[in-house]
Amino acid sequence: MGVITPGQSDGVPVLTTTLQQALDWARKNSLFPIPFGTACCAIEFMGVVGPTFDISRFGAEAVRFSPRQADLMIVAGTVVYKMAPVLRKIYAQMADPKWVISMGVCASSGGFYDDYCTLQGIDQVIPVDVYVPGCPPSPDLFLDALMKLQQKIDSDRRLKFA
Amino acid sequence: MATLDVERVRALIGEDLLGDRSSHGDTAFVVRRPGIRRIAQALRDDATLQFDMLMDLAGADRSLLPPKDRIERFEVVYNLYSLWNGWRLRLCVPVPEADPFVDSVHDIWKAADWAEREAWDMFGIRFNGHPNLKRILCHHEFVGHPLRKDYDRTRGQWLSQLDTLEDELEMAHDRERETLRAQGNDPADSNIGERMLLNIGPSHPVTHGTLRVLVELEGEIIRTAIPEIGYLHRGFEKCAEKGSWNNVVPYASRLNYVSSLANDVAYVKAVEKLCGIEVPDRCKYIRVIVTELARIMDHVVCNAANLVDLGALTNFWYLFTVREKIYTIVEKLTGIRLTTAYTRVGGLSHDLYEGFEDEVRAMLKEIVPFLQDVIGLVKKNRIFMERTVGIGKISAEDAIAYGWTGPCLRACGVPLDARKRDGYYFYDTFDFDVPVGENGDSFDRIMVRFEEVFQSIRIIEQALDRLPGGPVNTGNNKFTLPPKKELFRDIEPLMNHFMIVMFGTPVPAGETYDSFEVPNGELGFYLISDGKGKPYRMRVRPPCFYVYQPYVHIIKNGMMADMAAILGSLNIVAGELDR
Repeated sequence: MGVITPGQSDGVPVLTTTLQQALDWARKNSLFPIPFGTACCAIEFMGVVGPTFDISRFGAEAVRFSPRQADLMIVAGTVVYKMAPVLRKIYAQMADPKWVISMGVCASSGGFYDDYCTLQGIDQVIPVDVYVPGCPPSPDLFLDALMKLQQKIDSDRRLKFA
Repeated sequence: MATLDVERVRALIGEDLLGDRSSHGDTAFVVRRPGIRRIAQALRDDATLQFDMLMDLAGADRSLLPPKDRIERFEVVYNLYSLWNGWRLRLCVPVPEADPFVDSVHDIWKAADWAEREAWDMFGIRFNGHPNLKRILCHHEFVGHPLRKDYDRTRGQWLSQLDTLEDELEMAHDRERETLRAQGNDPADSNIGERMLLNIGPSHPVTHGTLRVLVELEGEIIRTAIPEIGYLHRGFEKCAEKGSWNNVVPYASRLNYVSSLANDVAYVKAVEKLCGIEVPDRCKYIRVIVTELARIMDHVVCNAANLVDLGALTNFWYLFTVREKIYTIVEKLTGIRLTTAYTRVGGLSHDLYEGFEDEVRAMLKEIVPFLQDVIGLVKKNRIFMERTVGIGKISAEDAIAYGWTGPCLRACGVPLDARKRDGYYFYDTFDFDVPVGENGDSFDRIMVRFEEVFQSIRIIEQALDRLPGGPVNTGNNKFTLPPKKELFRDIEPLMNHFMIVMFGTPVPAGETYDSFEVPNGELGFYLISDGKGKPYRMRVRPPCFYVYQPYVHIIKNGMMADMAAILGSLNIVAGELDR
């Protein structure tokens, strides 16, 4: 962020910054998540949103259930082959720029469901930005992943003007 | 309570009786395939026996069992329950591989409809006369039958696109046309086929999970509803066959992940029945306490989510505070908040931590005001009542025919509670009530859950008062790992430890069915062991599977908005529904 220069425009404090920085700052602190909740992790995601852990401290509490209004997909839970086309379709419906957090080992790698019906990692179907281990991850671990994603958004070269 | 009149059952089965497989206190008969419909009808309609509930129907592939236990490659297993007598009966029907056909019993017990589809999906057993025998858990492009012993566990199959469900829609239209004709109306005058189609799910906020319902709307009224499940079918029963008996505990935790502790207990109780071992009293009391804690969590989360569906968000924050208070204790006890895996065959993973009793007592006192606040907010609330009273009704007869158990059945006025009836783990000595509803509507289901939370608090307080000292594991070192201290001192514990770790718990060969009252109803496990340290076949009887089956009939001709409210009150957990 820029420098505060008092005295300008009749004594009102003014903040200077570049458009780039302002955009990055706004983008990373106002993520609109869409929960693609399937299993146990979705229950724990409810805990993340709930009063104790409170995801709104990170500006991501406006959970949207329409992919068209969201820019962060949280895949929480096991994704099976039967569900894979659905996941792909919903991801495609989100507008760019968009990010994905893979919450829990099932979404990340299939977890201990190494069998005929479980997709062995959602990255076979959609790109993933942050993987969160745990079965399910504790809410603090998820919040850590969210902060990692914020760092990533901040330094994402694809989003820069130049 | 009188015991089951076995001779009467034998007489009813008559010449179709192939053998007696009763063991472990279960009554089980092997019967000939052609007679199954006659026997089913006779058992259900007999005035004394009254086997009015089909608790579970499952297939089994016995191809790798020793020849003396194998009549044919496949078997269909019917677990029956007589509600008013409290009797259980198991029927096994051998089915040859070359000609895998059995007569369907879906019109005798409505619960059989989906269960037979599952047996077809998993084993390729066909049911004559079933109206809609298509895959239920695997996707429609799947080839083969995954629970057969010759299907490689890790061979996944991709799905290119979702089932359009057009075939089932067409069948529903045909049924409707027939009804119209029977009433003397011309189907051509109706708007069948012209109504608005709306696909809800499998990823939709109102379904709280991965359920899909295709509905046909006339204005806001649902005229046709087609369900599809299996979007969270993650192969519990196949995975259970890969490791030792104790390796299944973490999988069991993830069946109903809202109340993992109760599932843990249910599973090991079934295995202990098969082993014929008794756990110490302290272990039993601890299992009661954690089960009841799980019940509180489950009911609280269910009602919280349901109230959000109705637009009452405040209650969600209040009730989740209750949940977090319990989670804090669960995390301290088991090391994880949600998926606990706290039990082991023959005991527990570890004893309670110091100060557990006082913390639980204090926590129980703290949560009561939150619950009372929420009940005060909703119980006489006009909006809440208009959305729930008389909505989503089901009659007790239908609920029984569909195999409902748990709070949903009790809301219909049927006081079936395995804790009271079977009295395992000293439940018969605790002073608690079984709340029942009157109308079987959403309101009753929600209120039954709230009342059960208070009853669970009573049970926990009594169990804490009586909690004895002593070990939590059975002293039988064949089944439980010896204490670490002895392991380094003596050769015998070291050998026992080695045997259990390398070759698994030595569960003797045999089979049994055991039931346990989890928050959602009866969670049953039908286990077959071949004595080799691994489960040979594990069938779980999920309460949700049977509760969800008539859902589309309940929502039919109701408002679109009530669909979500009814679903929430049934408490369908996808992990348990699809396994």
